[in-house]
Amino acid sequence: MLKNESFYRFVATFATQNNQTMTQNLDITAIRNDFPILSRTVYEHPLIYFDNAATTQKPRCVVEAIEKVYYEQNANIHRGVHYLSQRATEAHENARNSVKAFINATSSNEIVFTRGTTEAINLLATTFGETFCDRDDEIIISTMEHHANIVPWQMLRDRKGIKLKIIPINEKGELNMSAFEALLSEKTKLVAVTHISNVLGTINPIQEIIDKAHRHNIPVLIDGAQAVAHTSVDVQALDVDFYVFSGHKMYGPNGIGVLYGKENWLDRLPPYHGGGEMIAHVSFEKTIFADLPFKFEAGTPDYVGSVALEAAIHYLKKIGIEKIAAWENDLLHYATNKMVNIQNMHIYGNADHKSSVISFLVNDIHPFDMGTLLDKLGIAVRTGHHCAMPLMTDLGIDGTVRASFAFYNTHEEIDQFIAAIERIVKMF
Amino acid sequence: MTINEKQDQIIEIFNEFTDWMDKYAYIIELGNQLPPIDPKSKINQNLIEGCQSRVWLDAKYENGKIHFIGESDAVIVKGIVSLLIDVLSDRTPDEILNADLYFIDKIGLKEHLSPTRANGLLAMIKQIKLYALALKSTKQQ
Repeated sequence: MLKNESFYRFVATFATQNNQTMTQNLDITAIRNDFPILSRTVYEHPLIYFDNAATTQKPRCVVEAIEKVYYEQNANIHRGVHYLSQRATEAHENARNSVKAFINATSSNEIVFTRGTTEAINLLATTFGETFCDRDDEIIISTMEHHANIVPWQMLRDRKGIKLKIIPINEKGELNMSAFEALLSEKTKLVAVTHISNVLGTINPIQEIIDKAHRHNIPVLIDGAQAVAHTSVDVQALDVDFYVFSGHKMYGPNGIGVLYGKENWLDRLPPYHGGGEMIAHVSFEKTIFADLPFKFEAGTPDYVGSVALEAAIHYLKKIGIEKIAAWENDLLHYATNKMVNIQNMHIYGNADHKSSVISFLVNDIHPFDMGTLLDKLGIAVRTGHHCAMPLMTDLGIDGTVRASFAFYNTHEEIDQFIAAIERIVKMF
Repeated sequence: MTINEKQDQIIEIFNEFTDWMDKYAYIIELGNQLPPIDPKSKINQNLIEGCQSRVWLDAKYENGKIHFIGESDAVIVKGIVSLLIDVLSDRTPDEILNADLYFIDKIGLKEHLSPTRANGLLAMIKQIKLYALALKSTKQQ
């Protein structure tokens, strides 16, 4: 049952960012029909899903891809001579090629499937860390990192006695780039920063970061978890050394993610996990490891997730990532302009380049209270520290309420969200 | 009034509300009415850290009964703390240990006691029972 169909039946019109007033069309009704969950109700209200930075909803084609693998071609890959195994292997490797094309990598050898962004960073913290980092070496991260890009490096610090250097942020929630430059030294072994902040929405100047680090011959890892679904990424143009992201934040399935690494880097790293798949030859005396990318993929890989991730990539390409970015940018500005009119509204993160994530507090209403009441009105937001406790400490708060938009969200949903906040504020 | 009579009374009050928002408006009212905890009690030792919100709980044992005071940084949690104290404070350790807390479920607030809610309330109830258990065993020695 589709709620409020006529309500959403409109064509989204917006201007592109380059000041050329050009009208593009996104058929939001058709898009919303691709996501069955969006037509459900929560506590008798139509669901308004504004928790997209935590995970995005899945279009029908992604779920159907999973079903298709299980119903039509399920077999363990790479080792089978039989028909199904070969079809499954082909599908998995085609998916790798689609990921390669999606981020414009040079070769599919540079695409390692992981369980997600977190595993990809842990893989690098272990393999890169063990190979290239010694006592007193330094790794640069930033104040706005997610715990996934802090804790693995702290664990490396505790193992090897390295130091973590932290890029500070300014009052708008942007990286302090001169402070970053000052941190680069001959001791720096890696710069690991997020592309887009999951709390502040800040889109970091990663090209500038990469260029500056490279001038000192320092490799760069970019955490793209919040970015790939919202902006196009070209790893060759960026000349980035490592880029990591998760499937479930880009309309794909849970449990699969990607580590992109330049081949000459990945070649020099040791394997992460040992087991099947990642070997060329094993005797009890010695094991010869497989070539890239299989060296990093021990055990049976998620050949179902990879195929479903490919379906998500094709879906995003069909809609058009530029159109998605423009629509989400429009939603961001529409919501921000309305929110600032609410008395005692404080928005955290006002970067000049910002993604469709809004962290906020109103009066002294606790995020838990705001989130609980929004939920009762059918609105899903995230509350708390957002796995970025050091950032919260830097901002001097315990947590925020965070609304994050995807391209299936609408102005009408934002209007209801604003009305809900206004209603809730009056309850305190 | 016994623990169960108190619970039934609360259920009756909540049965009046047909809308979630009215129910929560009442919980917020209870939260706002809960007197702030003495700063002497608002110490780390009495802190129950949830992922989303924090609860402070302190207990005093007088004339065979346990008196609880509590607070939270979130008003809704504070409102539920107030209900729990209303039901469980000034009871004997045995009464607390034998209490079956059915009212939370009946008034539709069960979600707040789920381990995933991470608001400290589940840990608070456990802590209340632990106080009762500890006092009961001290008394028996």
